[in-house]
Amino acid sequence: MKGLINLVNNLRPSFEKGGKFGFLHSTFDAFDSFLFVPKTTTCCGAHVRDCMDLKRVMTVVIVALAPAMLFGMWNVGEQHSLAFGLDMTFWGKFWYGFLRVLPLIIVSYVVGLSIEFASAQIRGHEVNEGFLVSGMIIPMIMPVDVPLWILAVAVAFAVIFGKEIFGGTGMNIWNPALLARAFVFFSYPTKISGDTVWVKGVAKAANGELVDGFSGATALSQAGSGIAPDAIHDVAGGSLDTMRMIIGDMAGSIGETSVIAIALGAIILIYTGIASWKIMVSGVVGALAIGALANIGAEPGTFAAFPPYYHLIMGGFAFGIVFMATDPVTSAQTECGKWIYGFLVGAMAVIIRLWNPGYPEGMMLSILLMNTFAPLIDHFVVSRNIKRRMKRTVVK
Amino acid sequence: MDKNIYLKPFWTSNPVTVLVLGICSALAVTVKLEAACVMAISVTLVTGFSSLLVSLLRNTIPNRIRIIVQLIVAALFVILVEQVLKAYVYEVSKQLSVFVGLIITNCIIMGRIEAFALGNKPFPSFVDGIANGAGYGVILVVIAFFRELLGSGSIFGFKIIPDAAYQAGYMNNGLLILPPMALILVGCIVWIQRSINKDLQEK
Repeated sequence: MKGLINLVNNLRPSFEKGGKFGFLHSTFDAFDSFLFVPKTTTCCGAHVRDCMDLKRVMTVVIVALAPAMLFGMWNVGEQHSLAFGLDMTFWGKFWYGFLRVLPLIIVSYVVGLSIEFASAQIRGHEVNEGFLVSGMIIPMIMPVDVPLWILAVAVAFAVIFGKEIFGGTGMNIWNPALLARAFVFFSYPTKISGDTVWVKGVAKAANGELVDGFSGATALSQAGSGIAPDAIHDVAGGSLDTMRMIIGDMAGSIGETSVIAIALGAIILIYTGIASWKIMVSGVVGALAIGALANIGAEPGTFAAFPPYYHLIMGGFAFGIVFMATDPVTSAQTECGKWIYGFLVGAMAVIIRLWNPGYPEGMMLSILLMNTFAPLIDHFVVSRNIKRRMKRTVVK
Repeated sequence: MDKNIYLKPFWTSNPVTVLVLGICSALAVTVKLEAACVMAISVTLVTGFSSLLVSLLRNTIPNRIRIIVQLIVAALFVILVEQVLKAYVYEVSKQLSVFVGLIITNCIIMGRIEAFALGNKPFPSFVDGIANGAGYGVILVVIAFFRELLGSGSIFGFKIIPDAAYQAGYMNNGLLILPPMALILVGCIVWIQRSINKDLQEK
């Protein structure tokens, strides 16, 4: 450790302003503060001193994402073995998935971080830790079969047009990870929807290689096509009951399937106070409310007739409401606004699912839409507060 | 004649990137390069000739009804262009559909008539109209070039991207066919222009 400190201290002068590598100051600074606690101390005036700086927050979110990520890796192997009728061990499945997911994570981080470093360098800012979480979330909301170059283009688009042009971490209007997914969704729709992308290797499988009765459709797209809840089947044609959906043993984006793993992450986020439980609770309430409303007078056998709780366990609802809707930058900031924002996220997601024939999933569009409206919600909450308090006072 | 009249519309007072006029049609007709070129030429001719005609009439137009007269003059040339397009390039005019008729609502035309042609002699007005139309056209063509190349893999309808690339996994970008991406492309042009010319940056 001593040697490392000495090395960093020896290198510092050449990276300072006017030094040989002065133009790389931001990069050096990023690595320096990655390795050691920064030397700068605050002075003058009152400051809130808290161990939860941006770096800690991001690390905790990564930890919260870990269960869903690890489960997703296992699930990639599981779905692959189901589709091809292979007999794989637990660790075999995990290892298979690990090797398929790792390139996605690496591409996402390399592309995103190089843009972050470059833009911090150009502006002369510090490099922010904001992309650590986005870079992990982006692979988790992609189908495992997404081509790496498409992922790279999407990450570049999201970081440049979703974040850097607004001024970097903390200034963005929309969640950058969702923007990357929306980019793929509208640019290369065949790579992120349909029946062949959710299970690794299916798109390129030869005739007869897949098991009889194979169907690559996700639970959500089966529900959207109009069947009864108990007729939903897994990739091998077996029945897919609610218990398996909650565990997450089904086709879908890498990190979105397991409600249990996501709930573990939610507990970590709520316990540490990073994500707002109000958004999560009101989002779930909103989804259940619209789901229950849709049940009234719905014809049996249609998606609208599904019991409302199915909306929570199918598709990306759980992942979206826990990790994306609660993004502290793009969600509503006022406490009352969080209730409204969360409720509308959940409600809109189910509305899009049920009444939009175009695509079965509504979570991505719902969160992006409410991200757009979050400042407006805050504005009305604040101005209502001002009005209420003005009434209490006597203005002379 | 002041050379700013025909130089400025291409850079420091470009109708699309600096004055932010004519954005709607820049989003609507730039999916294919051919349509964008026809649109660019049409708008250039309409702005040029309506500026010329209004400038000739400028001393006789009563101030209180000048907008009506300007609209009638512009509408005259729009209808002429529309008829010519229908007669000679019917396929393209079908692609452009309602947007040829909507040239009349293009703010650049009314803007140049109001701001320039009403107070200047015919020849400078004509040059100003043509230059502003062309400044708009250049942006249109640049946007359409990228949208057609990346969105459809072709230029003027000819396949540019080889089949080998598609077999290797390359795909056309569907987002570039949709209008939002045209707006982002306009944004990129504005970005590049303002980082070259710092005077244009708003403080």
